[in-house]
Amino acid sequence: MVGFDFSNHDRNLALHAKGVPLPKATSTGTTIVGCIFDGGVVIAADTRATSGPIVADKNCEKLHYIAPQIWCAGAGTAADTEFTTALISSNLELHALSTGRKPRVVTCMTMLKQHLFRYQGYVGAYLVVAGCDPTGTHLFTVHAHGSTDKLPYVTMGSGSLAAMSVFESQWKPQLTRDEAVKLCADAIQSGIFNDLGSGSNVDVCVITNEKATLLRNYITPNVREEKLRDYRFPRGTTAVLNEKVIKREDLSKYVTVHEIGDEQPTTAETMDVDTT
Amino acid sequence: MGSIFQGAPIPEGPGYSFRETPAVRQAPGPSSAAGERQHGFYPYTDNGGSTLGISGADFAILAGDTRSTSGYNINTRYAPKLYKIGGDAPDTPPIALSVVGFAADGAALAERLDTIVKMYRYQHGKPMGVAACAQRLSHLLYMKRFFPFYVAAILAGLDESGRGALYSYDPVGSYEREQCRAGGAAASLIMPFLDNQVNFKNQNVPGSGQGHALEPRKPYDLPRGTVEELVQDAFTSAVERHIEVGDGLQMMIITRDGIEEVYRDLKKD
Repeated sequence: MVGFDFSNHDRNLALHAKGVPLPKATSTGTTIVGCIFDGGVVIAADTRATSGPIVADKNCEKLHYIAPQIWCAGAGTAADTEFTTALISSNLELHALSTGRKPRVVTCMTMLKQHLFRYQGYVGAYLVVAGCDPTGTHLFTVHAHGSTDKLPYVTMGSGSLAAMSVFESQWKPQLTRDEAVKLCADAIQSGIFNDLGSGSNVDVCVITNEKATLLRNYITPNVREEKLRDYRFPRGTTAVLNEKVIKREDLSKYVTVHEIGDEQPTTAETMDVDTT
Repeated sequence: MGSIFQGAPIPEGPGYSFRETPAVRQAPGPSSAAGERQHGFYPYTDNGGSTLGISGADFAILAGDTRSTSGYNINTRYAPKLYKIGGDAPDTPPIALSVVGFAADGAALAERLDTIVKMYRYQHGKPMGVAACAQRLSHLLYMKRFFPFYVAAILAGLDESGRGALYSYDPVGSYEREQCRAGGAAASLIMPFLDNQVNFKNQNVPGSGQGHALEPRKPYDLPRGTVEELVQDAFTSAVERHIEVGDGLQMMIITRDGIEEVYRDLKKD
């Protein structure tokens, strides 16, 4: 990325002045937390993404990869958290390659804050950065305006108060790995149930000197329940107003047609569908 | 004395709503260099939640979730939006009201209507019918045309022939008798579902014709069991996609035997 394209800025200002509303960005009105333990650090997040009062994604990933042993939890504008972490991840990889050393968490944090400060808060990324490097275990928060904090336990997002109440009542120095995971998961659950901007599942990432472990959907306390009725329509419910059949021979005039044998076509991606 | 009014007033002080604090606006032009002080008072809040009503051949169902919100906070997980109207004397026809929007206005409106229906009995020696009650509620809302009750109301009961009767209202009293209606935060999510599943909109009878000649599926009076399932499915779906809906579902089933109340849990996230 060489920078943002501002060519529509003046036009959009003029449109906005005439009363055209700004488009609504998907925000991860979120609960994200982090906590240091003896030998590593844990970060955790909920999985709800919202657009106003509507749930845009029930199981989104808010834990972002930066480097093998540096991970980042993001709150704020979904696109901004996604792209800033990807950008810094890329630059940090290049930096590690040119220095021939493992990337450090402070380096990552500094790059993030310098990027965010340059955009004066308009890049709405609120991040919890955590990781292990040769200098030790680190945990930071980075705000969209560029300020940072270094603390043993941190929370961010709309559910930060609910989550912090758990830390402030249960945190103690010298936690074990399992205690830290439990504490972070409890803090996220407090956000899930008491903050409307947060919901669905708990994602956890544990980083130690040896490795980073992503525990995707570590807790799923909000499984969607079965519908009582069957909503499949009988074939023919929708009127067919127009029908046009394109034969294979006609199609091969425009595109190359390959005959597939009896073997199953490989599915690239599957989607959850109602089976009932 | 003058110095007391110099600074900005205490934001949370008496007489001020939570959001609107007096702002000093710099007026354009050289004459008003001091700028004018603009006071704001916004008496309404949105407490979220959703309601829904469906009428059948000999019953009507009202339902509402029990979550009360302000912003991203949950005030309580159990704040009923359904009210029984007119007391429960033996010969009183059962009437229920659902209100969603600004909860305080909803409670005030239900209380007023309840009193009116009870007073009607004392004064006339006979109970008020649903049609009369529906029109009275419309008047009640229009009386406050320029300081409205900020609610979407649905009134349910049984008409003079014993059929389910359902009336829906806008905040200033426009009303209509309908087969089904959703109100509140998730109304835009639930209403299309109801159109399709209760009035069979966009559904045709398979094999009844070709193209435009295909006959639309005719709506009929749904049995009570079906309607109860539709109501629950509507809410469990709304809970999935709307952040202000959840915690619990309260249903009132109005039949000639009275009002049956049912409660079930909904997701709490």
